Amino acid sequence: MRKLALGVEVVAILAVFASFFAGDARWFAMGAGVALFAIAAGLGAMGSRREMPSFWPWFASLAVYAFLYIPLAIVVIFSFNDSKLNAEWVGFTTEWYGKLFENESMLQAAGNSLLIAVVSAAIATILGTMAGIAIHRYRSKLLPVLVFTPVAMPEILLGVSLLVFFLNSAKPLLARVGLDFDLGVATVIIAHITFSIGFVAIIVRARLAGMDESIFEAARDLGATPWQTFRLVTLPLVLPGVIAGALMAFTLSIDDFVITFFTSGVGTKTLPLEIYTMIKVAVTPEVNAVSTLLMVLTLAMIVVAGRVAPDALRAKS
Amino acid sequence: MATPASDRMTRWLVTGPPLAFLVLFFLIPSLIIGVASFRYPGEFGGLAPLRPTHPGEDAGLTAENYRVFFSDSVYFQIFLKSFVVAAVTTLLCLVLAYPLALLIARSPKRHRDLMVLLCVLPFASNFLVRVYAWMIMLGPFGLLFSQTAVLLAMVYVHLPFMILPLYTNLEKHDPALLDAAQDLGANGWHRFWKVTFPLSLPGVFAGSALVFIPVLGMFAIPEILGGIGDWMVGNMIKEGFLGVRDWPFGSMLSIMLTLCVLAIAGGAAWIARRKAE
Repeated sequence: MRKLALGVEVVAILAVFASFFAGDARWFAMGAGVALFAIAAGLGAMGSRREMPSFWPWFASLAVYAFLYIPLAIVVIFSFNDSKLNAEWVGFTTEWYGKLFENESMLQAAGNSLLIAVVSAAIATILGTMAGIAIHRYRSKLLPVLVFTPVAMPEILLGVSLLVFFLNSAKPLLARVGLDFDLGVATVIIAHITFSIGFVAIIVRARLAGMDESIFEAARDLGATPWQTFRLVTLPLVLPGVIAGALMAFTLSIDDFVITFFTSGVGTKTLPLEIYTMIKVAVTPEVNAVSTLLMVLTLAMIVVAGRVAPDALRAKS
Repeated sequence: MATPASDRMTRWLVTGPPLAFLVLFFLIPSLIIGVASFRYPGEFGGLAPLRPTHPGEDAGLTAENYRVFFSDSVYFQIFLKSFVVAAVTTLLCLVLAYPLALLIARSPKRHRDLMVLLCVLPFASNFLVRVYAWMIMLGPFGLLFSQTAVLLAMVYVHLPFMILPLYTNLEKHDPALLDAAQDLGANGWHRFWKVTFPLSLPGVFAGSALVFIPVLGMFAIPEILGGIGDWMVGNMIKEGFLGVRDWPFGSMLSIMLTLCVLAIAGGAAWIARRKAE
């Protein structure tokens, strides 16, 4: 059984290589799929002898991992393909990455994305930490509803309500006091803060929930003022949660498409909006390149998060 | 020493800023949408004024948007279709996620974190990149702009939302229960259906809610990967605000979608409470 599985595996992997050089995306995808199934079969055959449940969960699970990774792998592969079409492998090139860095609007969008993410994450972290502490400490009825609903509801609802609010309420009101206000970077930042507060609060609250209440009482008994208790006891203890929340808010902001789409107006572009336009107008290998770069960036963020604040990775669940 | 007065002040210092921010930028905009759904569309998009600026202009409040919604079955059909797409996506996610979550939960402890990370990693790439990946994948097969493409991408994008709650639940199960079931003569299949699955229902419900609700309001995937016939509620809302610029109608659709989401969340909470009793 084991030898058979191993044999199938080797054949399948060879088939993938062959299909890769045959130069057709379809065959490559199928070959990769077959290989993963084969690996699953091999592992399953080996696993059944140990404490593993049986063959089928392995098989199904590897199929799911394949389902998760193959599409992204193909994007990465085609970002190095020397052809304007995403159909067959012609040869290796880094041309598309070069084009990307000459693309003015893309660079500007990247700059906007970064600015929006840094500012909104900073403010959302402060407000979210406050909200997390407040929800943990005080039994407020309204605050948890306001903090957690934007996280749970479909993004489009928040997007359109802010669109109407900004254009129909804020703009005329501010115009009356002589302020010129329109959709742009500022409105996107506000929108991102609105949904990030909830995520930060969830992480900070989870951190607080695991703590012993008596240390706060001890601080108070020893004569610390509320501010001293906060600065010297609470803050150092929740700090890993706060950092995790900040990273989360940053990632959510960089990634957001739907809410940005409704609150950015015509002039302001972010990276996801730029990608959206490119996909809608014409699919070029440049999209592959920018996608790959974004993946590398997120991957780097995760590695950093894992080092700096292991809570950040766990918080995603 | 901390006095009650300074305690109260601390409370307001901590609660006040996030509360004020969210009242201004979440509660008030939500209420404005509610009011907007009862208004007339403006002549050049947006909303008509509440008081007429010239004779013959539609102004004030009206239930016309809701009347149109309930009198034309087109809108009902699109809501129904969105519900079906959300239900099918949820079911597919459940079928794909369950074996994987179970396998991770039953794996040796040292492997679990890595296996979970591997599930979340693709989820960390940009949403549009993941949708775009399916454009490339399906293009050569001629499946682009079809319901199949929409469903595939929906499942792909939301799968981690199902895997994580399921895993969190399954990981907590006491293996002694399975041993007991085995000692009492239950075979593998019985052990799953009579012990593991019923115990995992809270995870199933949590994951289903996390998949169902965002899918219900999705507009980008049907827009990018579907044809006109694959439109969902989200596409109509987007069209109402940015396309035909009939804000009151878009607002009305948002309110209807909100009501659906609230009904689902309420239903899920009710089931959870009944289970707990």
